Amino acid sequence: MKLLKLFYEMYLIRSVEKKISLEYPKGNMRCPVHLSIGQEACAVGISQNLKREDVVYSNHRCHAHYIAKGGNISEMISEIHGKKNGCVGGVGGSMHLQDLSVNFMASIPIVSSSIGLSLGAALNQKRLNSNKITVVYIGDASLEEGIFFECANFASLHKLPILFACENNLFSVYTPLKQRQINSDFKRYADAFKIPYKKVNGNNIEQVFSVSKKIIQNIKNGKGPYFLQMDTYRHLEHCGPNNDDHLNYRNKTEVEFWKKKDPLIDLENKLLKKNDKKKIISIKKNIDKKVEKIFVKVLKEKYPTTKDAKKYVYAI
Amino acid sequence: MQKNTFMQYKKKRQISFVEAIREGITQSLQKDKKLFLMGEGVDDAASMWGTIRGISKEFGKKRVLEMPVAENGLIGAAIGCSIAGSKVLVNLQRVEFSLYAFEQIVNNAAKSLYISRGKHNVPIVIRLVVGRGWGQGPEHAQSMENIFSSIPGLKVVMPTFPNEAKELMINSLFDKNPVIFIEHRWLHYSRGEVDKKFKISKLKSITKINSGKDITIISNSINTLIAKRVVDTLKLFNIKVDLLNLVSPNPLNLEEVFKSVKKTKNILTIDLGHKTLGLGGEIIAQIVEKNIRLKSSPVRMGLPFHPAPSSMGMIKDYYPDGKKMLLKIKEMLKIKDYKFKIIMEAYNKNSPKIPIDVPDPYFKGPF
Repeated sequence: MKLLKLFYEMYLIRSVEKKISLEYPKGNMRCPVHLSIGQEACAVGISQNLKREDVVYSNHRCHAHYIAKGGNISEMISEIHGKKNGCVGGVGGSMHLQDLSVNFMASIPIVSSSIGLSLGAALNQKRLNSNKITVVYIGDASLEEGIFFECANFASLHKLPILFACENNLFSVYTPLKQRQINSDFKRYADAFKIPYKKVNGNNIEQVFSVSKKIIQNIKNGKGPYFLQMDTYRHLEHCGPNNDDHLNYRNKTEVEFWKKKDPLIDLENKLLKKNDKKKIISIKKNIDKKVEKIFVKVLKEKYPTTKDAKKYVYAI
Repeated sequence: MQKNTFMQYKKKRQISFVEAIREGITQSLQKDKKLFLMGEGVDDAASMWGTIRGISKEFGKKRVLEMPVAENGLIGAAIGCSIAGSKVLVNLQRVEFSLYAFEQIVNNAAKSLYISRGKHNVPIVIRLVVGRGWGQGPEHAQSMENIFSSIPGLKVVMPTFPNEAKELMINSLFDKNPVIFIEHRWLHYSRGEVDKKFKISKLKSITKINSGKDITIISNSINTLIAKRVVDTLKLFNIKVDLLNLVSPNPLNLEEVFKSVKKTKNILTIDLGHKTLGLGGEIIAQIVEKNIRLKSSPVRMGLPFHPAPSSMGMIKDYYPDGKKMLLKIKEMLKIKDYKFKIIMEAYNKNSPKIPIDVPDPYFKGPF
């Protein structure tokens, strides 16, 4: 396991998200943003085991998934700024990231809506006897939607190559899991369809990486779908660049507990034991610089026009 | 000479609407290996009233996939599969089942191309059947073409005649866009001339069934058959109708209607669904916006604003029929009472007395 590589990927996401959070109040990013700070390990741990041709579908909180799969960051920042150079030309904003060059197919902001699409992608992979798999990132609330059950049933029935990568961050907007489900053990959902299941600490990158490595290999070997529960926590508000702890929907000790388990700091501390501090600092500096440059460049880019808005309603 | 006779014979081949649909699907499956079917009961004894009978046997289970009863997830999968490069024909036995998948249809089928800036094509066809009669009731008899037609990115087609059914099926299956294929259950009984050949043509918005200078009638699906009988009766009395069949209400292209109404200056629209907020309202609004002067007030027909009841006693006034159409036309063209009486007599002579909840034998054609 190349811990430095994992650190690089996770810090890249953190740096982009922090920069968005910092710049957002200026009003140049005029769309809702659901930041991934705190949840980086889930996306990086899985994506480091994927090939470019493997397919990923994501949801409203898609930044980490997109960057981890190798999505073009400059196009992502342009998209959030509503610029013409955006990954979908400005029509989507933060919640609709996609980069087909790395098979990051789409982010669908309606909870669970992407499960159907990813099932179709996996069905197609199976029909073509390809060695590719599909990963769909879902959250704890996704398991409350009927479409999850419909798709889990079909995926298991046809042994489709799909990984249900479930990030449990304990909240749907402001509503805690305990008000929505009987408990936080999602094994029951996988068991219902005889889908193999594992739970990992979603803030422990080494664990996510090594467990998902085996799972992905299993899926590629034709063993059918898998359900991976990753317990994690978002640091910032549900939607927007700030904290929302003043709303008191999350217990203070709970927030502190999870912030201490920050996946990035955890890994950084480990790395510092074996590596030169300067090396880590220089990695971080280089990433920050790269991100800074992108933001400067994007501000100068052009907006799409009303003419662009009328395009692609129908394929000709 | 002999060859000519043979050609004539070939051209006159008559098959049913059901067979026309099946032929369209079968030929498309032969032409495009990327196409496969999905549906509930695709391989059962009824096989969608015979429209997909034998297809599973001919093409194998890989091309005809049985769906668990899960419209939302499975239409989502059909969309995902088509984004990935396949083509999927989804078969549902009633329009109402598609409502489970409305989120997938509206958010993913209709918008994937737009959001991806032309990269994600969604070549799926969703076949939906509209029920009528024999007590189908509130949740088995809705057509909802106005709802599907109000969504940019979707295409909607509604065949009336067997040849149209085959042509529209093939065109839909070879279209790059998601198509909602609305099929009236009673039309399954009709027969008509259908070309044996496989042919892809451009999807037309409107076809002209009859040419006339006195009044424009625009209708679709089974209502076009009802209107056709009215038109044929009026012809005997030298009242000439421009009868337009709106085969594709989405995307809506009304050039043909504008041309017709400029000539006739009278417009009657007939909706398959509810009159309120139906297609007729949109058509008339666009005519008004174009400032096309009319000789009579525009008239809309369609279902009243309540669900379709099951009981025979409650549906008497529910569906537009020939007599109601004739009464509207009488008002619009100011047909004198004595003349109208003769027209009605002629119309009634050709209409057998049958219960209102079973298909009129006239619907069988041949057309």
